Amino acid sequence: MNWATTTIGECARALRDGTTTPHELLTESLARIEATNGELNAFLALSPDRAHEQATKAAERLQKEGSSASPLCGVPVAIKDVLCTEGIETTAGSKILQGFIPPYTSTAVQRLIDAGAIVVGKTNCDEFAMGSSNENSAYGPVSNPWDTTRVPGGSSGGSAAAVAAGTVTFSLGTDTGGSIRQPAALCGVVGMKPTYGRVSRYGVVALASSLDQVGPFTQTVEDCAMVYGAIAGHDPRDSTSSPSAVDDPLITLRRGVEGLRLGVPKEYFGEGLDSGVKATVEKALQQLESLGAKLVEVSLPTTDVGLSTYYIIMPAECSSNLARYDGVRFGHCAPQSSLTATYMTSRDEGFGPETKRRLMLGTYALSSGYYDAYYRKAQKVRTLVAEDFSRVFRDVDALVCPTSPVVAFPKGDRSDPYSMYLCDVLTIPVNLAGLPGLSLPCGFVDGLPVGLQVIGPRFADNLVLQVAYAYEQSTAWHKERSPIASAVAS
Amino acid sequence: MNYVVTIGLEVHAQLLTQSKMFCSCSARYIGKEPNTNTCPVCLGLPGALPVINQQGVADTILTALALNCQIAPLTKFDRKNYFYPDLPKGYQISQFDLPLSHDGWLEVVVDGITHRCGITRVHLEEDTGTMHHAGDVLQEASSSLIDLNRCGVPLMEIVGEPDIPTPEVAREYLVRLRQILMYIGVNDGNLEEGSFRCDANISLKPAGESGLGTKVEVKNMNSFRAVQKALEFEIARQTDILNSGGTVLQETRGWVEGKSATVSQRSKEHAHDYRYFPEPDLPPMEFDAPFLATMKAKLPELPAALSQRFCEQYGLTAYEAAVLSATRDDAQTFEELVAEKIPAKVAATWLMGDVARLANEHRVPVRESGLQTTGLGVLLKLVVDNAINGSTAKELLAEFYVQGGDVAAAVRDRGLAQVSDENALVKVVDEAIAGNPRACEDFRGGKDSALQSLVGSVMKATRGRADAKMVTQLLRDRLRG
Amino acid sequence: MTSAMTLSPADIDHLAMLARLGLTSNERGIIASQLDNILDHVSTLSKVDTAHVDETARVTELVDVWRDDVMAPSFLVDVALRNAPQRDGQYFKVGAIQE
Repeated sequence: MNWATTTIGECARALRDGTTTPHELLTESLARIEATNGELNAFLALSPDRAHEQATKAAERLQKEGSSASPLCGVPVAIKDVLCTEGIETTAGSKILQGFIPPYTSTAVQRLIDAGAIVVGKTNCDEFAMGSSNENSAYGPVSNPWDTTRVPGGSSGGSAAAVAAGTVTFSLGTDTGGSIRQPAALCGVVGMKPTYGRVSRYGVVALASSLDQVGPFTQTVEDCAMVYGAIAGHDPRDSTSSPSAVDDPLITLRRGVEGLRLGVPKEYFGEGLDSGVKATVEKALQQLESLGAKLVEVSLPTTDVGLSTYYIIMPAECSSNLARYDGVRFGHCAPQSSLTATYMTSRDEGFGPETKRRLMLGTYALSSGYYDAYYRKAQKVRTLVAEDFSRVFRDVDALVCPTSPVVAFPKGDRSDPYSMYLCDVLTIPVNLAGLPGLSLPCGFVDGLPVGLQVIGPRFADNLVLQVAYAYEQSTAWHKERSPIASAVAS
Repeated sequence: MNYVVTIGLEVHAQLLTQSKMFCSCSARYIGKEPNTNTCPVCLGLPGALPVINQQGVADTILTALALNCQIAPLTKFDRKNYFYPDLPKGYQISQFDLPLSHDGWLEVVVDGITHRCGITRVHLEEDTGTMHHAGDVLQEASSSLIDLNRCGVPLMEIVGEPDIPTPEVAREYLVRLRQILMYIGVNDGNLEEGSFRCDANISLKPAGESGLGTKVEVKNMNSFRAVQKALEFEIARQTDILNSGGTVLQETRGWVEGKSATVSQRSKEHAHDYRYFPEPDLPPMEFDAPFLATMKAKLPELPAALSQRFCEQYGLTAYEAAVLSATRDDAQTFEELVAEKIPAKVAATWLMGDVARLANEHRVPVRESGLQTTGLGVLLKLVVDNAINGSTAKELLAEFYVQGGDVAAAVRDRGLAQVSDENALVKVVDEAIAGNPRACEDFRGGKDSALQSLVGSVMKATRGRADAKMVTQLLRDRLRG
Repeated sequence: MTSAMTLSPADIDHLAMLARLGLTSNERGIIASQLDNILDHVSTLSKVDTAHVDETARVTELVDVWRDDVMAPSFLVDVALRNAPQRDGQYFKVGAIQE
């Protein structure tokens, strides 16, 4: 059996009919990581001992509970290194957290562990989830499994590459402005950012608290629905987590798109969109139409100011969230002759250039005399961005559009910070409005994957999955494997 | 030259909740081993998130109501950003532009004049950790040790208007504020341990001039006396500066008890810019009318109202009423005794006299003593009914205060009941007259005080049980007769 | 907010102090020009009419999210101090406060 191409569903069946065991899946996963990580640099830390303990427990559960066990039971998962894992080093891709061993586990990861999933290790990412190429990691860039000279996207580049390379069956990432959906698009996998408040942020190293959300990377939409179903739900430790019930996404997954009104935001097909990506996504839209969906052109006029809004709010919150890295209770410390000098040196040595840039920008946006012009103004425009979506969702059920304006680009290609920020122009508005968004493979341009983005109203996560599933099942893109995944599998 | 003094007070008061403001660690940190009272939230670990303690909010609203404040219908928490080792997250969760409450007042009386002191706002925030410095002076310490046990304890900030005219009024304001907080049970009023802390600002301007003088902040005052002395010192210091044509520096000064002086706390000035913004981890709070009505119903009778009622209802003097309503427990003890049919004046006399002395001596209030309020009631009832005399009662009170026990039984068993049977007393009185001819002669000769030794001899003969009033009367009757 | 906004070296020094970032003078220069560029793009915000628009600080509709006043066990002291770069007995330790 070739596990590199298997889905959660296939693993679950094989684990139940005795074709494989949790230990076998884990051993193979670790071997594939070993074989590929030199080239990909997708993993920062492995936790084989704990994983084997979890595999033993999973095997017992499968024996005892059989088909009633979670489909995730015994299935290997990789976790973005911004989610705290008790006893496993968590660095957030930063030197300032090198050696930090959290004494507690994030809720999202705990839910996976409770379901029986096997945590194989922690994946590389842009420092504190700031970046769109994974080149901002203090531990080196990640390579795209489709073309290792290219970036996997970011900031959850390691989690996307880990799934695209077939090293794990699924992974978790975080998405503040596109950090799940954009790397999913660039690596040819499924990536979902649930509605803000759906998945607990407790234990997730915060970038921008009002925007951050945890979500899955998987090979298929069905897998995505399973993982989403496992991690979503109220957490009393996260006051922004929604207490409303989570309906099982698998119940509605197969309902198709016939009769659904799908909005096509015209601003998402404008300047800056690669012509190949544009043509590929337009073809996907025709496919949805052929499945019975009604395509409706809509307008989201605030799309162009979304990026500016984001680049005030995100760094502002970030500048506050990253103040705790002061070298007192944890993290890098470089003692100097005064307290202020110690702080300044520790943080200067510990943070990378993009982080420093955003700390300066965010500090500026909140500082006396500039707050109204920047932070308050951005908060107001944020209201308009959200209202834009509310308005179109009175007319359409969901939106379909490109995830990233471009396919995976060569490493080092976007050295100007602002050109990097433009990578997220089509994903950021979703975070500003707190909506669910999902990217799934919809074709290739020059052998590189293209992502189709599905966006829904708040808490319409299941509908987003339903639309994505209908498209996926009518095409074969999700069966395409990256060269690295194919090489390891054969 | 004459100057007008303007004082504003800022009080930080810890709430008496079980758990901390934003996590479930204990809010009782005093006496604990360092750093044994922490969790991911109050350590500021990556990924940890705050959750509001509802009791902290309720206590602050109760305080605001007690201080006649307006409660905001919509309120929220904000982040106050600054770096310091006792502040793990690099920001304090506090309140900025939408505090829980605003625009209240507290009335105090000094030298017969009532001052209504304005209260700008009462808001809720979290306390910081504590630091210990190796060496006496912060600036000279080679290293500092950090204990985060206190970090995250709910803290109210009560900001007073700058409208207090004298150090005496400032002191009285603090005394009354502390009393109210303790009355409503939200704070233990411990200045030494820092659960009730006060900072002051003070400015002077020439009489008749408009505007305000330069504001000087004064910190490090950990007693009411220190507040008054520090403010008096500042008035003298600033008056001297202004009289000699100088200008007062806008700065923060610390009260140094040993020097009886304030000292400039100037350190290298980093411009403060707290960059407040709404705390994204905590949804806002809304209070509707029914909720506020519930909170108002929870508000106990406050000392000022209680004191007034004691005067009107029980005919106490203002002084007696103030003493007996000093704490809620004191007031309750008094009213419980009155409910046991002890006349108010009798209860007041005993509570303010012997009971207060014993409470002080044994460091235990009567409610918590072995005797308890009920035991005291029984004892005083015996006095009121003339069943025992005053000196017997005092002896019994002292004996039973700590150990407790059945006072009535002791009176019975030991035969301590007051002898007020005239026939029985006449016999003893006659014996005393017969046995003390000198004293009798002196009395008859006009020396009234000679009667005392005769009374004493009767009391001795009756082992203190005789009704002294009756004995005196009988002696007078017989010696004159 | 105009598109001609540029940050002076003094502005950058002030921000670096507020953010406690000890950047080299070379880094400060680079960051200044990068921030100028970003702020130039961000200045498009000033063109948006927000005269009658409320601010959005959070996208959830939640209010009054709180917990009961109940205690839970704290960390053992060694767990609390495990990641500390400097400690002294049961305390976290920092060097001289001297400014």
